[in-house]
Amino acid sequence: MSDKSYAMVLDTRTCVGCSACVIGCKTENAVARSYARDWVFTETTGTYPNLHMTIRSERCNHCEDAPCVAVCPTGSSHYGPGGTVQVNQDKCSGCKACIAACPYGARFIDPNVGAIDKCTFCVHRIEHGVPTTSCQEVCPTQSIYFGDLNDPNSEVSQLLATREHYTLLPGAGTKPKHFYLK
Amino acid sequence: MQEITTTRTNPYIDPVLHIWHGEIPLYLFLGGVVAGIMILTGSWFLLRPTTERSRALSLLPWASPVLLSVGMIFLWLDLEHPFNAWRFYLTLKFGSPMSWGAWILLLIYPASMLLAWAGSPAEVRQAWLGRLAKVPKLDRLSDWASENVKPLALANVVLGAALGIYTGVLLGTMAARPLWNSAILGPLFLVSGLSTGAAFLLLYRLADQERITLSKIDMGFIAVELLLIALWLIGLASGGAAARAAVAQFFGGPYTAAFWTLVIALGLVTPLIAEVIEHRHKVVPGRVTAVLVLIGGFALRWIVVFAGQHSGWVSELTQR
Repeated sequence: MSDKSYAMVLDTRTCVGCSACVIGCKTENAVARSYARDWVFTETTGTYPNLHMTIRSERCNHCEDAPCVAVCPTGSSHYGPGGTVQVNQDKCSGCKACIAACPYGARFIDPNVGAIDKCTFCVHRIEHGVPTTSCQEVCPTQSIYFGDLNDPNSEVSQLLATREHYTLLPGAGTKPKHFYLK
Repeated sequence: MQEITTTRTNPYIDPVLHIWHGEIPLYLFLGGVVAGIMILTGSWFLLRPTTERSRALSLLPWASPVLLSVGMIFLWLDLEHPFNAWRFYLTLKFGSPMSWGAWILLLIYPASMLLAWAGSPAEVRQAWLGRLAKVPKLDRLSDWASENVKPLALANVVLGAALGIYTGVLLGTMAARPLWNSAILGPLFLVSGLSTGAAFLLLYRLADQERITLSKIDMGFIAVELLLIALWLIGLASGGAAARAAVAQFFGGPYTAAFWTLVIALGLVTPLIAEVIEHRHKVVPGRVTAVLVLIGGFALRWIVVFAGQHSGWVSELTQR
């Protein structure tokens, strides 16, 4: 196991909600038809004409304290390279406890396999020398950053050191590793 | 205003979680009944070893493995990858109640069947020993069971309690589903299992004295169950925003009518009153109250499973 801690930083100021990340991921990972491992969330608040819009690209948060790994009865959901959360589909019985345990709604059953599917942080690329995830690669506004939190000089560490940011549902206590820049 | 749109198209999550259907409440109900039968019949052997038992009560421990098998078929049908079910038995995960449950279920078969065998009337055992004469060493196993009734009865009580509690803890460990996320669910499902287990036994032709004893302790179970439900609801109602939104489903929300009529009124309060009246007037308890208790126990599992899936962190709340 590497001593890296992979994380994703997403800039909500530059994201335009184009869904290229969704299509990029579906293409790279051959995600089942009508399913997606990532999605675009848009929230509009305020009173017309003073409206504020937040757009986020969301996916599995690869939590440090992941409830999906804890509840998995077969060890199919596990921590993989760089602290990512991975699924071994060969071990999955499709009991769906992890879908219930995930507060982020990141998991689904791949209908072609009958086993859990979700974002892998593209470890098949990262671990083989490709420095980017597929969603990051295709992002036309370059709003997605990926890197190692344990390296203080990495782009993600630098962004988190200098920009205001938040995580989703911090109260769920799962220590998510997706950070949204304000 | 606040307007949310999402491109997520996850049929298991959107618009509300619906991963578990009828199979899971059916299994949880049958598991509870089996837990009740194991604890009650096990205790009977421990506490009244010399008292003569009716034929029905002697044979009823066989219901444990039979009903459990039916429940496990439902559980298996729920799996999306059923032919990977054997993977449960390659590991034991301490953080996963489902993993403990898989092992508890496996241990229940020998414990319940050996006790059922030892408790069966002698002529039934003889007849089966004759029919199964070709099975090697069956007579020695039979002798062993008969000599070890006490430890077997104790094992049934312990495993029954483990089964009853785990079915509640299974749901209770999920922080993402506030309606389930309560430690009360374990004891609640255990007591509900004891009550429905007693009701199941009362469906058969027990001796009058046995009926009176079971019905008397069932009054205690129902009273404790009402208390635990009250504590569960109070705990949620005094919790955070997600917990309060979850419990509001029973107070004006979509599950209000079903919960208060089927679970509370029909399944708990009515049978409790009926049992009190039966005892006051020294009437031997019949089957109607037992049927009501079984309906209530099933409705409780059904409503908890479905209302729990309707509760969450995400749906009502802004994510920051």
